[in-house]
Amino acid sequence: MSILVIAEIDSHGIKAATRSAIAAAGQFGEEVHLLLAGSDLAGIAAKAKSINGLSKILVADAAEYAHGVAENLTPLLVKLAPSYSTVVAAATSFGKNLLPRAAALLDAAMVSEVTKIVSARTFVRPIYAGNLNATVEAPAGLALITIRPTVFEAAAETGGDAAIENIAATGDAGKTTFVSRELAVSDRPELATAKVVISGGRSLGSKEAFHGTLEPLAAQLGAAIGATRAAVDSGMAPNDWQVGQTGTVIAPDLYIAFGVSGAAQHVGGIKDAKVIVAVNTDPDAPIFQVADYGLVADLFNVVPELTAALQH
Amino acid sequence: MKILVNIKRVVDYQVTVRPTADGKDVETAGVKMSINPFDENALEAAVRLKEAGVATEVLAVAIGAAANQDVLRHALAMGADRALLVETDAPVQTLQTAKVLKALVEREAPQLVMTGKQAIDDDAAETAQMLSALLDWPQATFASDIQIADGRATVVREIDGGQETISFALPAVISADLRLNEPRFIKLPALMMAKKKPLENIALADLGNTAAPSLTLQAVNEPPARKAGRVLNNVAELVAALRAEKVLP
Ligand SMILES: Cc1cc2nc3c(=O)[nH]c(=O)nc-3n(C[C@H](O)[C@H](O)[C@H](O)COP(=O)(O)OP(=O)(O)OC[C@H]3O[C@@H](n4cnc5c(N)ncnc54)[C@H](O)[C@@H]3O)c2cc1C
Repeated sequence: MSILVIAEIDSHGIKAATRSAIAAAGQFGEEVHLLLAGSDLAGIAAKAKSINGLSKILVADAAEYAHGVAENLTPLLVKLAPSYSTVVAAATSFGKNLLPRAAALLDAAMVSEVTKIVSARTFVRPIYAGNLNATVEAPAGLALITIRPTVFEAAAETGGDAAIENIAATGDAGKTTFVSRELAVSDRPELATAKVVISGGRSLGSKEAFHGTLEPLAAQLGAAIGATRAAVDSGMAPNDWQVGQTGTVIAPDLYIAFGVSGAAQHVGGIKDAKVIVAVNTDPDAPIFQVADYGLVADLFNVVPELTAALQH
Repeated sequence: MKILVNIKRVVDYQVTVRPTADGKDVETAGVKMSINPFDENALEAAVRLKEAGVATEVLAVAIGAAANQDVLRHALAMGADRALLVETDAPVQTLQTAKVLKALVEREAPQLVMTGKQAIDDDAAETAQMLSALLDWPQATFASDIQIADGRATVVREIDGGQETISFALPAVISADLRLNEPRFIKLPALMMAKKKPLENIALADLGNTAAPSLTLQAVNEPPARKAGRVLNNVAELVAALRAEKVLP
């Protein structure tokens, strides 16, 4: 049987996280189909055709799918899923919102935030903020899974030639009214996918100090800025900058933590970073246990020095 | 309006968990347990809705062993009016939880069900979505602001890179993000009062068939340790090290 991947669409088209889901679906060794549900899809479908690894794209073009409302998309999934062995989506806020809803109606196994596909029904997923990994086996029959996009390299945008099939929409469930969406606009890279992330903790002290200290360095490095929950809670940084169990899980090439203690809930979000640097005045701060390089120093000295050093 | 809040008893967030000796499960023997932090946010929101006169009753429910009475007492001390334990010693996974909650909703007829957005043990983030599906109700997951008026809810949800606002008619299921509020600190008089509030027990089997497909836990491992780090002396050394790693230009 084939695998069905659920596409997530934003203003730029299909999200990179969906291409990670396509790559993960490829590991089952079956045909991979993509469900593209949204409104005004002609251009997006034409582009999706060439994503590597897809054999078919099911296009459901209807107004009720425009904002990714789970109540409207679920009936479509419930209709399609029984023809597939596995349904896959990225564990983004979109995928996490949608797949469990469909799994319940299908009375099917749900495996969330998979980081490794061991076999068609055996998966590894992090538990306890990533402090432990659990290997779980789903019973035979349909399984719905969300995969953590940072651990599966996204399928290439080219190289494929999928067939396109238009399918009927399931109508507006009439349950939820989408009101508005406010996305942070920034000319810096997106936190989830940035190659370099620098982050700050409570010790930055104020919103002004947080931004004033970290932004010049972020600009210098082309980095995204992250924050701890303590920094977010005290209003220094916006919520969507939060890195960790509750915030965004990231896997940059370089992560620099300034004045971050290294609580398990924070570290859970950075474990897959290639190189971790910690700058903290406390030599016993737990962050040093996961850091590849550490400086026991005051961040208010280190950040400007580093910014200056990189100008040469 | 009645609000049903689902809470889970989990290993306290400050405990470092380890696998059991046979590597097949998580060691929970002798470990401090607490109410799941996100469920505390859900409960706080429900209690505030009652204090604001929007809700008339807050019912806290938990599913699991008799030991769950401690988190239910905590919920009563936070301001829940009564509590209900669906007792079972067997592990209950998410879809079964949703089926149990559905049975309770049919019994209790709340207009709103709230729970945390995820439990910090399995980190699954599935319960609210599954329950609202089974009830055919609207869902609002990862909620950071809830306004209720005239039988409708307007909810701000945390999404990747920002937030969105949705609106729907009750009944509905809402899952709470940490941003929703700051749970109150429980004072001694509240704890004393909680002892007098009703806490009812129901056997899981008495709720009818709640069977659901379940995952088999095969192994629990610690993630591979990172290679030992180096403490450097100054920024120049750091820049040199990072250039050698090819993560800096
Ligand atoms: C359910 C739950 C989920 C959570 N999820 C997350 C999450 O996703 N992400 C997250 O980050 N947290 C999360 N937390 C919170 C987490 O447990 C910690 O409280 C938080 O990460 C601590 O933030 P911090 O390091 O900024 O603050 P602190 O712990 O206060 O640490 C500040 C650090 O700065 C150092 N310092 C002080 N001054 C300086 C200076 N001038 N220069 C250098 N260093 C300095 C100190 O030595 C200290 O180590 C969660 C908590 C719970 C209960």
